[in-house]
Amino acid sequence: MTIILGIFEEGLIYAIMALGVYITYKILDFPDLSVDGTFPLGAALTASLIVKGISPILALPLSFLAGALAGCVTGLIHVKCRVRDLFSGIIVMTALYSINLRIAGMKANLPFLSQDTIFDNQWTRTALPPFIKPYIMVILLAVIVCICKLLLDWYLSTKSGYLLRAAGDNDVLVTSLAKDKGRVKIIGLAIANGFAALAGGVLSQKQAFFDISIGTGTMVFGLASVILGAQLFKRLGTLKTTTAVIAGAILYKACVALVISLRIVKAADLKLITAAILLLILVISDSVKRRGTRHAGA
Amino acid sequence: MLELKNINKYYNAGTVNEMCLFEDFNLTIHDGQFVSVVGSNGSGKTSLLNLICGSIPLDSGSILINGTNITKMPEYKRQRRIGRVYQNPAMGTCPNMTILENMALADNKGKAFNLLPGTNRARIDFYRDQLKTLGLGLEDKLQVKVGVLSGGQRQAMALLMSTMTPIEFLILDEHTAALDPKTADTIMELTDKIVHEKHLTTIMVTHNLRFAVDYGNRILMMHQGHAVLDKGDVEKEAIKIEDILQIFTEISIECGN
Repeated sequence: MTIILGIFEEGLIYAIMALGVYITYKILDFPDLSVDGTFPLGAALTASLIVKGISPILALPLSFLAGALAGCVTGLIHVKCRVRDLFSGIIVMTALYSINLRIAGMKANLPFLSQDTIFDNQWTRTALPPFIKPYIMVILLAVIVCICKLLLDWYLSTKSGYLLRAAGDNDVLVTSLAKDKGRVKIIGLAIANGFAALAGGVLSQKQAFFDISIGTGTMVFGLASVILGAQLFKRLGTLKTTTAVIAGAILYKACVALVISLRIVKAADLKLITAAILLLILVISDSVKRRGTRHAGA
Repeated sequence: MLELKNINKYYNAGTVNEMCLFEDFNLTIHDGQFVSVVGSNGSGKTSLLNLICGSIPLDSGSILINGTNITKMPEYKRQRRIGRVYQNPAMGTCPNMTILENMALADNKGKAFNLLPGTNRARIDFYRDQLKTLGLGLEDKLQVKVGVLSGGQRQAMALLMSTMTPIEFLILDEHTAALDPKTADTIMELTDKIVHEKHLTTIMVTHNLRFAVDYGNRILMMHQGHAVLDKGDVEKEAIKIEDILQIFTEISIECGN
């Protein structure tokens, strides 16, 4: 039971970040590595704000804004300085490592175990009936993920959202519509990295500490969730891709947890497993695609 | 009115591959003209369109629309007054968005892309009527993704989308070249209809000499960055395909082909 609860908790947190990766990877077709830096940025900022006594609820939108700002920087480097997409992300990701350390007060580890968080505060400790208590974290996370998903769905249905989708689909058309495609990309990167930082902030509140290595492999997790979600739930036509991405994140977390629980590997091998499962997903989804085309051709 | 004054454009300037495309090139296109541009490969037809649209920078000279200098204006800003249809039918539409969403995008050109709903439901009937004019039955497929449509259907949509909002110039870049002869004819007739209905000043680059002769009221033949033939109105009426082929042959002999 605790394992399943843990899968849902972590899966939901990473689902927030995966929604961001969905924007860059799926919609904009931009391999954005800066999420590996913006995820811990959100975690560092949330931790240091909470340590300073700022409300844990307020810390989350602030983390989103910080991530969005970093995403803007990636976009500006790519658009204005004409640096390749991959390099722009790497530059920002690397620079953020130092910035994150500074935000955390030059410490690689910033615990705030005695402070209130969104999961552990006056209300959760006293106002809740005891049978809900073990589930409160997963309930709150589900609410946060739902809000994020609905907001993203809404945004993608607006005029601005249409333009974002057009920019990834056919950027020539964006120019034809007399709009600057560079600006559209920057907006997309801002939203995506906002989600990544928000996820980092939520994770640090769950753990009640910030660790500089919290972001390692974020990108892999995000990509795996998006690809797994999109591949598995593609056939269910009515399901929105955002929902599929969230399901993909939980499913991917479950895969990783399953391998770990087999006890063949040690906890230190976590990232190795994470990477290997992504590889497996890519190979399988490719072979499914190939078989599909062969059938179509025959 | 569109004016190109003293245009100079070199490719690979300063290298051994330096190639002069335009040298002191001048061209004026008056309102209401439908100019067909023909010429062999590398004669500067598409470069001409790219210079007008701002897709490539020019070395010196100036481009004016109704007296306003737009030489320094970035490509996307120029597009507010220009509608462009490309040779590749995929360039004018978004394949992963539905027909309805594509129409809504095109309808919003020149306005703000803000946080209002992307598709204005009150406009759906208007989109249907517009699609009906194509005669392809697309008005009943509003929820279908454009990516599954054929090249001809996509090009028809691209033409419709690029002329949906008020524009001053229509730029057609070999827009029938990738289509089969029958579809090319249909698209060309549609183009003529739209140009006449909306009184659009049009520049059409084409390799189809029949289209160049049959449509439009001015013909321009490009060769090595110069207009070797420029006939309008009555003079253009008299031109036959054979005349153009004759000039083509003469040029080829000159070049030693």
